[in-house]
Amino acid sequence: MAAAHTTPRQKVGWGTANLVVLALALIPVIWMVSLSVKTPAAILDPSFFPVHASQWTWGNYSGILHTSQFIRPLVNSIGIGLISTFIAVVLASMAAYAVARLQFPGKGVLIGMALLIAMFPAIALVTPLFSIERSLGLFNTWPGLIIPYVAFGLPLGIYTLSAFFREIPWELEKAAKVDGATPFQAFIKVIAPLAAPGMVTTAILVFLACWNEFLFALSFTSTIASRTAPASLAFFSGSSQFTVPTGPIAAAAVVITVPIIIFVVFFQRRIVAGLTSGAVKG
Amino acid sequence: MSVGQAVGTLAASDSTEADAGRRRKPRLSEGARAERKLGWLLCAPAVVVMIAVTAFPVGYAIYLSLERYNLELPTATKFIGFSNYAAVLSSPYWWHALVVTLVITAISVAVTLVLGMILATVMHRTLFGRGAIRTAALIPYGIVTVAAAYGWQYAWTPSTGYLSAAFNNSAPLTSEFKAIGVIILAEIWKTTPFMGLLLLAGLSLVPEDLQKAAKVDGATTWQRFIRITLPLMKPAILVALLFRTLDSFRIFDNIFILTSGNNGTGSVSILGWDNLFNALNLGLGSAISILVFICVVIIAFAFIKGFGAAAPGSDIGKR
Repeated sequence: MAAAHTTPRQKVGWGTANLVVLALALIPVIWMVSLSVKTPAAILDPSFFPVHASQWTWGNYSGILHTSQFIRPLVNSIGIGLISTFIAVVLASMAAYAVARLQFPGKGVLIGMALLIAMFPAIALVTPLFSIERSLGLFNTWPGLIIPYVAFGLPLGIYTLSAFFREIPWELEKAAKVDGATPFQAFIKVIAPLAAPGMVTTAILVFLACWNEFLFALSFTSTIASRTAPASLAFFSGSSQFTVPTGPIAAAAVVITVPIIIFVVFFQRRIVAGLTSGAVKG
Repeated sequence: MSVGQAVGTLAASDSTEADAGRRRKPRLSEGARAERKLGWLLCAPAVVVMIAVTAFPVGYAIYLSLERYNLELPTATKFIGFSNYAAVLSSPYWWHALVVTLVITAISVAVTLVLGMILATVMHRTLFGRGAIRTAALIPYGIVTVAAAYGWQYAWTPSTGYLSAAFNNSAPLTSEFKAIGVIILAEIWKTTPFMGLLLLAGLSLVPEDLQKAAKVDGATTWQRFIRITLPLMKPAILVALLFRTLDSFRIFDNIFILTSGNNGTGSVSILGWDNLFNALNLGLGSAISILVFICVVIIAFAFIKGFGAAAPGSDIGKR
């Protein structure tokens, strides 16, 4: 780092650069928050903030939080996201352990397959999966989204976790084996606790991806029984039939953004570590 | 001894013999065999899910793409060979969508690379508030694309949006070129942090001593960037570019919210989706799906062969 000898001019320069980054990242978010507290009349005034007190309202929030058109999709998003994340992290941990630690034929095929799926155009799967899910009765159900989310979470999980697993002090595993533990016991009792931080990071990344997903959520659901929050925004009609849905959509957008901001604030280090772990060594 | 037991014993002795035979060939130790078995066992669930959700449906999509299959006319379903592909490839809509997709991809990836490099440098060099900067930069990455897209849409809507007001109450989303510009802007805002973080990881691999030595030798900041930083970061840059390009090529969310693909702003993903859910044509939709898949394979292949990008994780097996 260049911390040692910096001139005041450099300090001002970096300070300005920081401010620019902060502004560019936050202005669109603040704009959404501002829209979400505007009254329907104020929405037709293009000033950035609602200036007069009469332009403020919590109505958009109370409106969306009292309609099942938003609450149910929110519950779906949380449930589908958590279940997909749990399954993906468990399966990816097992595979990543094997990739990082064990010698077995077919490892290259697994890595290649994961890479291929990471690059996969989701649209190429929409048509066949739509058809398959309809014939299996999975269309418009939670599993209908959980299964593809797990499949797309796996490559991310396998890469991130195998990068983490390679950093673990594996002598401990040997020590456990010397003490009479089977490879499976060594995995569960010794390695898993050490791997927990990597697994938390992976879980955050996979959950964010599920929370964000739109194309499958839009294509494989037809009612609020399984529609997730991002997809529900596209079907929003507002609190009542005659209001323009701009305010409610902005409020709903803010509600689904809040968890992300909380995640990012608390887990910034982990997310950065996770995003960069797989990519550096390429 | 009952017959069943006898058969059981026979089978058991049979399998021991088979095992012995297998053991003789590769001459694996007991431990290596157990390791191999455990390896397969641990990977099996992941492999099964990935194949079930991707490989199998792609195979099915290839089959569907060779059929005339319209959900509105299910009785007219019939094998028609490559006619769907001929229909797509001779349609101006496909080529227009492909050009739009390529333009969005090329411009947004190029701009994101430059901005991501700047962002990475700021995050790497900044003296105070490093945590705050990284946290702020992560918000566009983490935010739901659809939510952000609505923010942009309203910002550019006349009489509602501050950006529209700032540009003479213009309505860019109603004209093709300007709408594509807004889509590119939304893409850049959303993906620059990811690019910045990947490049930051590459940047932290450049040894500080090397920079100092070059500085002592009289190299300017620009020279150090071109001659030292960039070459050492090449692997990180190529991996980031590959992932961003493929990600951008499948753009869907931003366009769907911002313009729904109206005014000639639809990408190939939007075209495929329209054929399935608006035209209910599974055959044509599948043909488009497969063509998009082929495009992605070509792009990935070009990157890996042409630019020598090592596939990320290709070192994993070496341990």
